[in-house]
Amino acid sequence: MGKLFAVAVIVITLISVSFFVMHTWWMPVDISTTGPAIDHQLEETMTGSGLLFLAGQLVLGLFVWQASNKNPARKIKMFPGGASPLVAAAIILVGIEILTLTFVGTKAWGAVNLAPAAADSLHIDVQAEQFAFYFRYAGPDGQFGGLHPDKIDDGSGNYFGLDPANDVAARDDVVVGSLVIPVNRPILLSLHSKDVGHSFYVPELRIQQDFVPGIEIPVHFTATQTGKFEIVCTQLCGLGHYNMKAYLQVMSEPDYEQWLKSQEGQ
Amino acid sequence: MHETSASHAAHQHTAPTSFIRKHVFSLDHKVIGKQYYGLALLAVFIGMGLSWLMRLHLGWPAWPIPLLDKLSAVGAPSGVMTPEYYLSLMTMHGTIMVFFVLTNAPFAAFGNYFLPIQIGAEDMAFPRFNMMSFWTTFMAFLVMMAAFFVTDGPPISGWTAYAPLSAVGGDAGPGLKVGQTLWAISIAIFCIGSLLGALNFIATTLDLRTKGMSLARMPYCSWAWFVTSVIALLAFAVLLPACILLILDRTAGTSFFIPAGLVLSDKLQPHSGGSPLLWQHLFWFFGHPEVYIAILPSIGIVCHILPVFARKPLLGPRATVGCMIAIGFLSYMVWGHHMFVSGMNPFSATLFSVPTLFITVPATILTLLLLGSVYGAKMRFTSASLFCLGFISVFISGGISGFFLAQPSIDIYLHATYFVVAHFHFVMAVASLFGVFAGTYFWFPKMTGRMMNEALGKLHFWLTFIGVYAIFMPMHYLGLAGNVRRYSAFVDDYLIPLIPVHKFITIAALLTGAAQFIFLFNLIWSRFKGPIASENPWEATSLEWSTATPPPFDNFGGKHMVVYNGPNEYGVESRDGKDFIMQTSPEKAPAS
Repeated sequence: MGKLFAVAVIVITLISVSFFVMHTWWMPVDISTTGPAIDHQLEETMTGSGLLFLAGQLVLGLFVWQASNKNPARKIKMFPGGASPLVAAAIILVGIEILTLTFVGTKAWGAVNLAPAAADSLHIDVQAEQFAFYFRYAGPDGQFGGLHPDKIDDGSGNYFGLDPANDVAARDDVVVGSLVIPVNRPILLSLHSKDVGHSFYVPELRIQQDFVPGIEIPVHFTATQTGKFEIVCTQLCGLGHYNMKAYLQVMSEPDYEQWLKSQEGQ
Repeated sequence: MHETSASHAAHQHTAPTSFIRKHVFSLDHKVIGKQYYGLALLAVFIGMGLSWLMRLHLGWPAWPIPLLDKLSAVGAPSGVMTPEYYLSLMTMHGTIMVFFVLTNAPFAAFGNYFLPIQIGAEDMAFPRFNMMSFWTTFMAFLVMMAAFFVTDGPPISGWTAYAPLSAVGGDAGPGLKVGQTLWAISIAIFCIGSLLGALNFIATTLDLRTKGMSLARMPYCSWAWFVTSVIALLAFAVLLPACILLILDRTAGTSFFIPAGLVLSDKLQPHSGGSPLLWQHLFWFFGHPEVYIAILPSIGIVCHILPVFARKPLLGPRATVGCMIAIGFLSYMVWGHHMFVSGMNPFSATLFSVPTLFITVPATILTLLLLGSVYGAKMRFTSASLFCLGFISVFISGGISGFFLAQPSIDIYLHATYFVVAHFHFVMAVASLFGVFAGTYFWFPKMTGRMMNEALGKLHFWLTFIGVYAIFMPMHYLGLAGNVRRYSAFVDDYLIPLIPVHKFITIAALLTGAAQFIFLFNLIWSRFKGPIASENPWEATSLEWSTATPPPFDNFGGKHMVVYNGPNEYGVESRDGKDFIMQTSPEKAPAS
């Protein structure tokens, strides 16, 4: 029975590891300037943890195999050196791994969340609601109009609660259902929610950030490739959560300018 | 600690004779322990049934599920689940499993039955409180079940009930009217039951240990129940007021968790000044320690049982207890790792990340000590010992993935994906349940006087062990591919290619779930038809094996037990030619 257990553990371990090693299912291509550091951190952790996983399971299998030896003359054996070397090894090895991961990882986290957005970032306002995202561009005046929750009216397309009658800055605001951005230009999003918690997740950007009702949360990134990608909601927001999505379209600068003009003209 | 004979006298009571006092409103910790076990057993099969329904829907969303429309005609017209009903079942699955199974089974059920016996006490410190704990918990369960039968159905906000979704009422969607209120009331009642239980465990451990039962001689599972009860006392004491505030937001017009300016169902909500993040902080201040409330008792159970079947002492007993205490202590400093992307100050991410990663130090030590205890053993392979070995394997698997999620820079990608689902199911649910299975096969003879069927037990182990890997290992791959959790269907372009993996997981879940009926059958059949168990069938050292099987009403038949040894005396040569020395044996164990 012990030998069977040992074989089962080892087979399960090798099958599990092989899919990680082969990248059968893996992260999509990265399209952001901050993504490579995150991918590097994940791959480092994958290697370190993968070796620990492999070692832990294989040692378990080996010890159980040995422990199943039915020779009646066999005497039990204590672990050489007792508990102290294991405790010391765990503290030192895991301690070093923790400090290294924290030191390196904080840089990757900081680039996304601690560094300020570039001064020349393109500022886009994002409103999440059950079950859609809306994006607002400041228009030719470069100013966003004020938000008035009491004026929100999805029926007439006033998703943000703008008051163009009394607010000059709001009159040229461009509101669309897709996030269209120029490639290689820093983007600053301001996330706010109309109703409940939502989240902004673009796997290719390696960015995930919750919308929290009542507060405005900045997110900044720079996309390095053109293309069309999905923005999905990852914070449970109600019955349509699974279907809450929008598209991120990364365009060349001229294409973007042309697109923006066409929107402003409407 | 040796004035316990006086306190013993104070707690002596005579065995009740009426059916009600003996089996229903019993003050006997053993009956209460069995009641908790029964409740957990009922809850786990309901919770598992819900996961079957969810998995079927995720694999084959268009298939009508037979009889589901009978359970809810609105939630599953013609047997096909609506998205909101999926979320309802998911919420109930998580809530039932975390509270009524993972908290009840390894901690309240086994702890109630065996803590007093293992420390040589005749009952818990407060038997009436104990009875109240169970019936309060049972009431919480009834209130939670009632949510299935209200018109708008069970809540859809997940077991974490994030505000404002959980706080604003029916304008946010179905299930958020009466169902969500029942959820909050049930959890508040559950907190009261758990607080009473935790106090009782602490007082019992500190005050009722018999002569010679120093803290150093206490069995590891008694240590685990003790540390867990301290964690539970502090954790549920925070969740209780949080639930009361949530109930007030929902029913009394307060705004603890609801800010101004929210528009739901085209209505500007009449609230202002609250903070959704406050709920997250309060919830996770409870929620993270709750993980250890679920897992520590199972760690203790495995540390208790493994040496019995390895026929050698647990490696590093003091380090083991030290690690349990360290884990309990650190569990209060890490709640923010659930909130890296929540919008809280990003600088605090590092603050929460470092202690989270440091928990891996005591967890790694525990794993290494268990591995070192298997080394050189003369292992007796029983259902109980196989589940202990399986525990080590799944604890490694579940623990390792914590390395990823503890780092904000990686969590930003993996947060809210199936990687998280894989992580917590392995480390919290599967590992904890493996401890419960090991405990059941090990203690069943003592609790019922009969042995369980070993062949069925081993079959149950093999199907479960391979099954849980088939279910949860692929979820890591899904998470790496960015598969978001809590989706009732996969309609995004990048998720559609992953659906075959979900189908595989569904088949594995159905088969593994079916294997649990072997366990249920074994439990019921052995209760009545199993071979009669002797007083100490496994040749174990602790006090529960020094008394009759099953134990008499006062646990030791009027005897006051005196303890001379620790619980770890295996692999020795005793005077009577055995390889172990009982804790109650005056024979001095050789210095190890």
